[in-house]
Formats: sequence, structure tokens, C-alpha cells
Amino acid sequence: MIILGENWIAIVFMIVATFAMGMLLLTLARIVAPTKPSEAKSRPYESGIPDVKPVRPQFTARFYVIAMLFVIFDLEAAFIYPWAVNFDLLGLNGFMHMLVFIALLFVSYAYAWKKGALEWV
Amino acid sequence: MDQPIWITFFVSFIILNVLLIGMAYVTWFERKVLARFQDRLGPTRTGPAGLLQPLADAVKLLGKEDLVPAAADKWVFLFAPVVTFMTALIAAAVIPFGDTATIFGQEVNLFPADLNVGALFILAAGGAGVYGIILGGWASANRYSLLGALRSAAQVISYELILGFSLVGIFIMTGTLSLREIMLRQHETLSIGPLEVSNWFILSQPLAFVLFMIGAVAETNRAPFDLPEAESELVAGFHTEYSGFRFSLYFLGEYVSMIVVSLFATTLFLGGTSGPGAEEYWGLGLLWLLLKVVAFLFFYVWLRATLPRFRFDQLMGLAWKVLLPLALLNILVTAFFRLIANGEVF
Repeated sequence: MIILGENWIAIVFMIVATFAMGMLLLTLARIVAPTKPSEAKSRPYESGIPDVKPVRPQFTARFYVIAMLFVIFDLEAAFIYPWAVNFDLLGLNGFMHMLVFIALLFVSYAYAWKKGALEWV
Repeated sequence: MDQPIWITFFVSFIILNVLLIGMAYVTWFERKVLARFQDRLGPTRTGPAGLLQPLADAVKLLGKEDLVPAAADKWVFLFAPVVTFMTALIAAAVIPFGDTATIFGQEVNLFPADLNVGALFILAAGGAGVYGIILGGWASANRYSLLGALRSAAQVISYELILGFSLVGIFIMTGTLSLREIMLRQHETLSIGPLEVSNWFILSQPLAFVLFMIGAVAETNRAPFDLPEAESELVAGFHTEYSGFRFSLYFLGEYVSMIVVSLFATTLFLGGTSGPGAEEYWGLGLLWLLLKVVAFLFFYVWLRATLPRFRFDQLMGLAWKVLLPLALLNILVTAFFRLIANGEVF
């Protein structure tokens, strides 16, 4: 328990240190860099063409499909990791269970492929 | 394992600084190597062989104005680069730079933390890094930024799966997620008949290694998978609106994660610090580690100099239709051979 605790203290230290470093660099830049804001500079970049209308956060639904597929397969990974670590303990029985699990997911994967969820039009 | 906590902090601090300086010289290395590929010389004016170029770049970027677009979501816009910067550096916390060494009579662990979920921690940090990109792209209120950020999110989550699945074979063989233990396992030698070879996992998991490398290049948004910043179509992608040192933080983050991914790949597949003499002298081990990492970084630059950029549908198709089934197959084949080795079948 003590060893585990020490390791996580090191992680917390890393988080604090990297945050401090980032902030330090930005503060240094704030002191050194000039600040002359103007109306033209603060307009969105459009390769020199005048901006017609404000940007609306609108995008294709394909991104949602990919995100959902990711959640499914990432959960699969979350189940596979503990199985892999305890593989020798679980043996043939565990392997059979995992085979069934992956086969089931493979059916849904084939279905998603057939439905065109993996195509990017 | 036991050492005063200040030594852990000291080692962590040194590693952070080495990474940042290393990152500066990776940019120099990339420019030099890329120049050679294109029959040029690269930077030569700043110091011997252009060695002071990263310093000059840093000074220039420090002196540039930090612009915030009027339409931007100000606080998210200001903070997003720090997220990318932090997650890239934090991932290095679980990389072992050797085992325990004795320096000036003091036992020192050459790693900041030996988490029992080390591999998962790096994957998680890589996944969290995409927040910096998507928040920055979203908050910029710019069409190119938004598109670049969305592409990046879709790309990183798809290839994160490949990266995660490709490592399962190693976890089956080692029974641990701790990177230190995975590395130490590879310091053993295997004897195949009269041959004595190192137990590097690139030999037993070649398919996983290929999958991991493809995933790693995509995960760090590098050529030929650098679609989030495809300059020919998206200006600069998610960091179009960023300038000055906030842009540099993205830049730092990208190069640091290149180094960290190279360290990760070395630890998992190339035995980490393993090499002749590394058992006796920890310094030699570090040297071997450095050599392997430089080889990986050279590979990155080589890819950038050689391959044209993928199209987005090709990129997603490659991940979901080719690499994912291959990664699952690799898991099952590894598991099957492990069963045979354990004498549970046949």
C-alpha cells in the first residue's frame, strides 16, 4: 500500500510541475511579447476573404457514429485487459469465455460494417 | 523501492527537463534529417551545425504577440494548449529509464513512478491529450480549427483502440501492466537451441509491433496521418488561430509525445534499456535507451519525408477495417500459443 501511495505522489508531483512549467512559460511570454490588439487581428482567419457569417459548430453525424463505435470497443478493451493480465490464472476456461465474448462483438462489428457505419462518405 | 520522497521528485524534475530539452533538439534533428532527405543542409547559421537553432526559435516565439480572436471562447482558448502540454509530459512519469541504480551510495529509482497500471496510464494520458486539441479547435471559433479538431478527435480515438489492442499480447505474456516489470522481463535471454537471443517482445509479437507503430504515428498526429493539421486543406487545422507561445505549447506537446511514444515503444518491444553492459552500468543502459529512441525518431522523420498524406476516409477505413480485426486476431493467436506453452491444450 505504501509503495502504491508513493507512486501516485510522484504522479501528482508531475501534474503540478508540468502545470507550473506551462504557466511559467506563458507568463514569461506575457511579459516579453508585445500586445497590440486590433479589430483586424481579432477576426477569424479565413485566408484573407471577409468572413460572411459567424461559425456555427455544425458537423457531420459520422463523427457521432465513430464515437459510439469507440465506446463499444474501448469497453471491450476494458474487459480484455484484466483477462490478459490474469491469463495464466484463468487458463483454457478463461480463453473460451473470451472467445465467446470476442465472437459476439465480432457479430456486431460485422453488422456495423454491413450497415455502412464504417464507411466515410 | 524505498527512497526518500525528495529523490523521486528530483528524478521526476530531471526527466521533465531532459524531455523539454530533448524536444527542442528533436526539432533540430528533424530539420537536419529532413533537409538531408531533400538534398539540403538544414539550419547551419545558428551555432555549429545549427545547434543553437531551437534556442533561437524559442526566443522568437516568446517575442510574438499572443492573439485571442474576438469570437473565441476566451478561457477555454487560453487553457487548451496547457492541457496538451501537460498530458504529453505526464505520460513520461511511468517510463522506466532503468531499474534501481546506486548513485553516490544512494539507491535511486530511475523512474518517477512504477504504477501497476503503467501501460494504461500512458494510453489514458494520450487519450486525455485530445482534449487539448478539441477544446482549442472548438474555442477558436474558426471553421478550419473546428474541422481539424473533429478530425483529430475521430482519428485519435480510432487509433487509440488499435494501440490498446496491440499491447494485449504483451500483457498476456507478462501478466502485468507495469512497464518496469515488462522491461525487466525483456532483459532475460531466451535460448532457442544453440541460439541465445534477448527476450525482446518485437521477436515474439512482430504483428503487434507493426500495429503499434502505425497506431503511434496516428496517435501523435504525424505524417502520413497528420490530417488534423493538413495545411493544404485546413490552413493549420486546430491551431490556426493560435500564435506566440500558446502555439508553442501545442508544438511542444506534439514533439514531447513523439519522444514519449518512442520511449513507450522501446520499453514494450525493444527491451528498454536492455543491451550489452546495461546490467552492470546503468549509464550504458541509458545510452542504449537513447539510441533506440533516436532510431524511432529517425523513423518518424523518414515517414514524413517519404509518404504522402492519407485521405480521411482511407485513414478511418485503415483503422476500422484492417487494423482492428488484425489486432483482435493477434490477441487470440497469442492467447492460443500461451495456452499451448502452459500445456493446457494438446
